[in-house]
Amino acid sequence: MSPVRADYARPVDFKHGRVDMSHGAGGRAMAQLIEELFLRQFDNPLLRQRNDQALFSPPPGRLVIATDSHVVSPLFFPGGDIGCLSVHGTINDVAMAGAMPIVLSAGFILEEGFPLVELERIVKSMAHAARQAAVPIAAGDTKVVERGKGDGVFINTTGIGVVPDGIDIGGDRACPGDAIIVSGTLGDHGAAIMSLRKNIGFTAQIRSDTAALHTLVAAMIAAVPQIHCLRDPTRGGLGTTLNELAKQSGAGMLIEENALPVRPEVSAACELLGIDPLYMANEGKLVAICAAHRAASLVAAMRAHPLGTDAVRIGEVIADDHHFVQMNTGFGGRRVVDWLSGEQLPRIC
Amino acid sequence: MKYVDEFRDGGAARVLVRAIERDLDAGRRYNFMEFCGGHTHAIARYGIRSMLPAAINFIHGPGCPVCVLPIGRIDSAIELAQRPGVTLCSYGDTMRVPASHGMSLIKAKARGADVRMVYSCADALGIARDHPERHVVFFAIGFETTTPPTAAVILAAAAEGLENFSVFCNHVLTPAAIQNLLDARQEREIAEVPLDGFIGPSHVSAIIGSRPYEFVAEKYAKPVVIAGFEPLDVLQAVWMLVRQLNEARCEVENQFSRAVTRDGNRKAQRMVAEVFELRETFEWRGLGELPSSALRIRPRFHDFDAEARHGLAYRAVADNKACECGAILRGVKQPRDCKVFGTACTPENPIGSCMVSSEGACAAHYTYGRFRDIAVRAAERAA
Repeated sequence: MSPVRADYARPVDFKHGRVDMSHGAGGRAMAQLIEELFLRQFDNPLLRQRNDQALFSPPPGRLVIATDSHVVSPLFFPGGDIGCLSVHGTINDVAMAGAMPIVLSAGFILEEGFPLVELERIVKSMAHAARQAAVPIAAGDTKVVERGKGDGVFINTTGIGVVPDGIDIGGDRACPGDAIIVSGTLGDHGAAIMSLRKNIGFTAQIRSDTAALHTLVAAMIAAVPQIHCLRDPTRGGLGTTLNELAKQSGAGMLIEENALPVRPEVSAACELLGIDPLYMANEGKLVAICAAHRAASLVAAMRAHPLGTDAVRIGEVIADDHHFVQMNTGFGGRRVVDWLSGEQLPRIC
Repeated sequence: MKYVDEFRDGGAARVLVRAIERDLDAGRRYNFMEFCGGHTHAIARYGIRSMLPAAINFIHGPGCPVCVLPIGRIDSAIELAQRPGVTLCSYGDTMRVPASHGMSLIKAKARGADVRMVYSCADALGIARDHPERHVVFFAIGFETTTPPTAAVILAAAAEGLENFSVFCNHVLTPAAIQNLLDARQEREIAEVPLDGFIGPSHVSAIIGSRPYEFVAEKYAKPVVIAGFEPLDVLQAVWMLVRQLNEARCEVENQFSRAVTRDGNRKAQRMVAEVFELRETFEWRGLGELPSSALRIRPRFHDFDAEARHGLAYRAVADNKACECGAILRGVKQPRDCKVFGTACTPENPIGSCMVSSEGACAAHYTYGRFRDIAVRAAERAA
């Protein structure tokens, strides 16, 4: 009789192993990777159902769904990595409806040859971010593509959330006279990614601001349930987000350059590369628009939350049939803040 | 940010604007051409136009290297990039310039050509060193500011004996363009749009000095102020030009004394002279063929000259008929005078080159200043 146990499989070698085609082939290797990595790290009651889908009853309220694919390069950057970014990004998209996110799904596209040690680090980071945010990853999928057909790992996450009754937040609700507020410093994520790119050696350490904003949103709604618009200025930055909201709401905007919060190191990096911080990506900031008389309470509520300590009012919504976003420059002139044209920097999220 | 914020100070700007207002002659208009696209961009980005009295008129000049590059040269670059084994390295601005048949370098890249965006010509040299199996071509464009670095990489490649690197040289010269512009205006357009003085580019003068502009003041009786690119530099240059005109002076003045001298950077000039020689003629978009207005690589560096090495033949291509880039580059039209501005021609789908580079007059006006056209149009309709 062999001493080897029939139910024993040699554990996945996360230290030296690499992704190979069998990890996506649907066989034993895939089942083992799912078991020892994804299920173990993401572990929660919904995943423990072990079905091809997760069954759950949503709490009362209207449902929202959002999806986001993440292709950031490099995969690891100061302040985060593709793992936590993929959790935060989708939670934030859900939260910008004023919703509380309840579940996430995660789809992985892995490139043959990708080191398992890095995959494990990414998955652990996702699991940590999901646990911190108290939003379970309830469903997942893994595919493997041949070497050269991906770039290490791509992650798609989808989130479902519930909007409490009485909350009506949308990009089309900005009205002339409303106040425009941002939750903190602009461009940190874009500058952090940029600082790692080839040929751009900054000595200053700029950290990504990647963070889940749903608890900040909850605190804001508790203080001012009548918020008109919320949006996270990710790719394209604040400039592009304000243009989206102006167009959707059929209004113009006027912001004050001197009021914009930008860290000196981010401002210096932008200056060197000829990039405007207004178009730099953020992954842990939001723009809020509310009636002017409620702005002070909203800013106070934001500043009381750790992710909104630098919240500040930056301008107002104005009537404008052409839906221009304009800015009074610190220098004393006035100009348009246009949509971002072309690509500022590819694959930042 | 230290050494930057000081030159963008709103308080200092108000003081300068008041000084300009005080010194203006009532009833007189002041038409200044900012030759360089860097100034055009600064004027638009900081809203300087809106801070100055209406008597001051900026005319945007042809000093945007991307804008003056004729379609035929872009076609040649695309043809090169599509050859097997060739890697073409280009500055970012040039990637989207529209060429013949709706092509551009960025579209050629999407169709499989190996086109890389670089921040510096030294990066192109690095790519050549790292990829001996590829022939790397640097698509060199720009005025006197970008010429010395191109000379430096050619000298470095020659010293190393690097065999897989060459330069497609499109370097052009500022004083020649100004002279042509003034000659052309004297011939046909001077009555249309008067021109009272020039704001000269400081980064060009950091290399060539202020001396090469002296003919503008002496022969053509137009004052020149060499100015930096920060908004306070521009305002101060405007003030200096206003004072020259009021006092009936006509000189080359140096606002950018922090880096520009009369003779410029002699070492850089020597390097440029070692590697490059004058072309008899070169086509400029909007200005046509201009004699002695551009550089080519000297025969002794033949191996590094992409035109010679790859047998590139130049073929001139006419601009789109609807596009007013030519008139805009000569300063006789404004972007809003062009029928396709902001409609068929936008930064996403540029028809003319002035809409491509952020330094182009059309792109700068579209991006930062087009809200002002609404009031202008309304006034025109009312009149």
